[in-house]
Amino acid sequence: MKVITKNVNLFYGDFQALKDINLEMEMNTVTALIGPSGCGKSTYLRLFNRMNDLIDNVKITGEVLIDGQNIYDKSTQVDELRKKIGMVFQKPNPFPKSIFENVAFGLRINGINDKIYIEETVKNSLIQAALWDEVKDKLKKSAFELSGGQQQRLCIARTLAIQPSIVLMDEPASALDPISTAKIEDLIYDLKKKYTIIIVTHNMQQAARISDKTAFFYMGELIEYDKTSKIFTKPEKEQTQNYVTGRFG
Amino acid sequence: MKRNNRLKEKIAFTIFSIVSFIIVIILFLIIAFIFVNGISVISWDFISKMPTDGMTGGGILPAIVGTLCLMLGSIVFSFPIGVLSGIFINEYLKDSIFKKFLSLMTNNLAGVPSIVFGLFGMSLFVNHLNFGDSIIAGSLTLGLLTLPVIITTTEEALKSVDNSVRIGSYALGASKLQTIKRVVLPIAYPNIITGLILSLSRVSGETAPILFTVAAYFLPRLPNSMFDQVMALPYHLYVLTTSGTNIEQSRPMAYGTALVLILIVLIFNLIANIIRKKLGQNVKMK
Amino acid sequence: MQKYSFRYFKEKIAESILLLSSLFTSIAVIFIIIFLFKEGYGLFNEKPIEKGYNLSIHPSNKLNNLTAKQIKLIFDRNVTNWKDLGGDDRKINLLTIEKMTDIYTKKELGEGFEYLSLKINEYVIKDSGVVAFFAEQFLDANFKGKKVLIDDNKIKDFITDKEWYPTASPAAQFGTLSLIMGTLWVSLGAILFALPFGLSAAIFLAEVSNPKLRNILKPLIELLAGIPSVVYGFFGLVVIVPFIQQLFNLPVGETALAGSLVLGIMALPTIITISEDALRTTPQSLKEASLALGATRWQTILKVTIPYSISGITAAVMLGMGRAIGETMAVLMVTGNAAVIPTSFLQPIRTIPATIAAELGEAPAGGIHFKALFALGIILFLITLIINLTVEFIKISKKSPRL
Repeated sequence: MKVITKNVNLFYGDFQALKDINLEMEMNTVTALIGPSGCGKSTYLRLFNRMNDLIDNVKITGEVLIDGQNIYDKSTQVDELRKKIGMVFQKPNPFPKSIFENVAFGLRINGINDKIYIEETVKNSLIQAALWDEVKDKLKKSAFELSGGQQQRLCIARTLAIQPSIVLMDEPASALDPISTAKIEDLIYDLKKKYTIIIVTHNMQQAARISDKTAFFYMGELIEYDKTSKIFTKPEKEQTQNYVTGRFG
Repeated sequence: MKRNNRLKEKIAFTIFSIVSFIIVIILFLIIAFIFVNGISVISWDFISKMPTDGMTGGGILPAIVGTLCLMLGSIVFSFPIGVLSGIFINEYLKDSIFKKFLSLMTNNLAGVPSIVFGLFGMSLFVNHLNFGDSIIAGSLTLGLLTLPVIITTTEEALKSVDNSVRIGSYALGASKLQTIKRVVLPIAYPNIITGLILSLSRVSGETAPILFTVAAYFLPRLPNSMFDQVMALPYHLYVLTTSGTNIEQSRPMAYGTALVLILIVLIFNLIANIIRKKLGQNVKMK
Repeated sequence: MQKYSFRYFKEKIAESILLLSSLFTSIAVIFIIIFLFKEGYGLFNEKPIEKGYNLSIHPSNKLNNLTAKQIKLIFDRNVTNWKDLGGDDRKINLLTIEKMTDIYTKKELGEGFEYLSLKINEYVIKDSGVVAFFAEQFLDANFKGKKVLIDDNKIKDFITDKEWYPTASPAAQFGTLSLIMGTLWVSLGAILFALPFGLSAAIFLAEVSNPKLRNILKPLIELLAGIPSVVYGFFGLVVIVPFIQQLFNLPVGETALAGSLVLGIMALPTIITISEDALRTTPQSLKEASLALGATRWQTILKVTIPYSISGITAAVMLGMGRAIGETMAVLMVTGNAAVIPTSFLQPIRTIPATIAAELGEAPAGGIHFKALFALGIILFLITLIINLTVEFIKISKKSPRL
């Protein structure tokens, strides 16, 4: 058991965005979070690296345990937590630095100065993100010269460089063309071997293709959580059935 | 009916374009007038010699040096405080009454007439802190005057930084300070530098704040320390035009001084525009 | 874990430094207020007569106190009889030290004027219409004259009196009405000139011009804001002033009109840039809706864009006005600096900032003249503060624009 959510409620001011969520995820799996817009799936994803902290007026109750440690405990160092839990965003957001410096960023802010180690890690991360062959000759070029799909893989490489144990992905392919999307999906499939991945997606087929387990959210509630194959073939709840077959949402 | 409306539009737009060009022509007239009259005065001697013969001959070296001292002195004081303040307001403060209060105070300070800065500087720095008429008193007064400019340009520069890169940095475990230092400031700095240059240009031309805090009527030597009085270009121009010993004969010197002042402003504006264009392009998000 | 607490500590220190920096402007504003009032308010705790001087009248004179204005009337010999001031019907007889040396011989006054105080006493008792002004060192031990009580300077008089003679002797006149009027008059003239021009240019830039032309014009107009005010003053003095003098055939060209023209040019960039920003905030959808109904672009500007951005345009005008009111050097150089209430734009005029700039250098620090100039600074500061606060208020209440 690795990631456990216990009785989590989350409020934006008066609005309750998550209602009593209980869920357990296992190591080295891909968990897909699905549901209509505004159902709370992105909010739920951001619980794990405490990105919700950046928003005003947020109140969270309950426990989120990673390795048995409640990350909402007072003793938790948020920056330290975020290093263990990487995140990839909907829109690629590279820094206006070189390709190399983008990947090295996470290492540098950790005070790592060993040049050889940094070069090794950058290379490995880019290889893992399936970007190395495309960029190895232009590492010093600005990250903005890459295409959207390449930028997104760069952001993944940037995340992998700090060796997280869990990678959160918030609709990582929604802003990309089909070919780039396919590359990202292949990549996710590979990364599963080393990382625990939680991914929010709008795309039913994508969820079916890449995830081991799927959680369906609706109006801030967790409706159903099960093996992906089960969710997409014979879900327990009618709401889930309606959503995955495209009857609403 | 329709044709009538078209005609009205045509007339209105023609008037607007004419007025806009008149304004630009006024600008060119002022610059050209001073250029034509001043260019013959400008020579190496003019910018490298002391004034002589009751300010009707020689050069304006002490005024140039004095103005440079004031530019440097004021910016040393206001640039760090202004940038830090801009960072705090934009990066640390959420929309709150305190933030509104700070921006209100910044705007109020920006609206204070320059002569009031002069009064204040004289009272606090010259008299109470006993700096006397000195570079330091003048620099502090001018620094205070440019503080709002630097704060607002810093704020604007930081605001234009896309929030997604901040979030990206936090997600990698960077702290707030690291995010600002390593991600936000590198993106924002061309615009911050632009603000710095424009405020330097403003300092070079301000007269009222230095009248009673530093400016010397006639002092044909270079300053030794920051507690020295100095001449300054804008005040020198004022003196040459209105209260010199021989206004008629020092007129050419006045044209020359005005031209030097205008050139400083033109050059600084040009540099600012180049920086904005060149450096701004590198960090533009696609 | 050690490392993190250190980092946390560093973050906190940085944040405190940033917080302190951000408080600087507020502190500066508060300090400006404190120091202006500290120096300026003292004017109202002092008498308009120089310290160490004595103004005395005959003991039988039924007047007890005189105002600064009355004293000036007396010493300018505009009033020659006490009854005009509410006293008995007696001729006023001015007595000054100079006059003493005319009336009495050197011998009577003594080698080192040792008998001067005695003789003053003698003269004051003798003449029932006398008013004597002399330094307190010449006050005799048993002086029989009646010391005139002089009121402290009053705030009301400071604002409502027209006479500004800060160095008049024996009683200085600190009436600022003509200076206030002069300031407002010149600034109003500047706005009258700058508003139509500025608004036209703003509309041209925001709505008419193509982006390419705009990218050329805008920096040029901003450059206009960068030219130092003393250069504007110089240009005004050598070009506009002689031009006005010839055009209207005036004895001097240094007039309110010259000031307004120069200030108008100086206020243009403020008005143009802020109005243009305001015009640009009009949502494209609103303009398209108007165009779709068959309105011309000009009608759309007139009926949609301008009404939508009117608060921003108002703010632009206010700020332009604020800039004009506070402007010092250009005005000082071209308006002629006569302290009279203006009746025409072709008259010399004097503004508050110009007065401070011209006189502070000669006013001894701590004296009443010095204090009066700081009090003028308070007035100027308050005027611009009100303008700024109004602009802020306009910005806040702009939230729901109505067409």
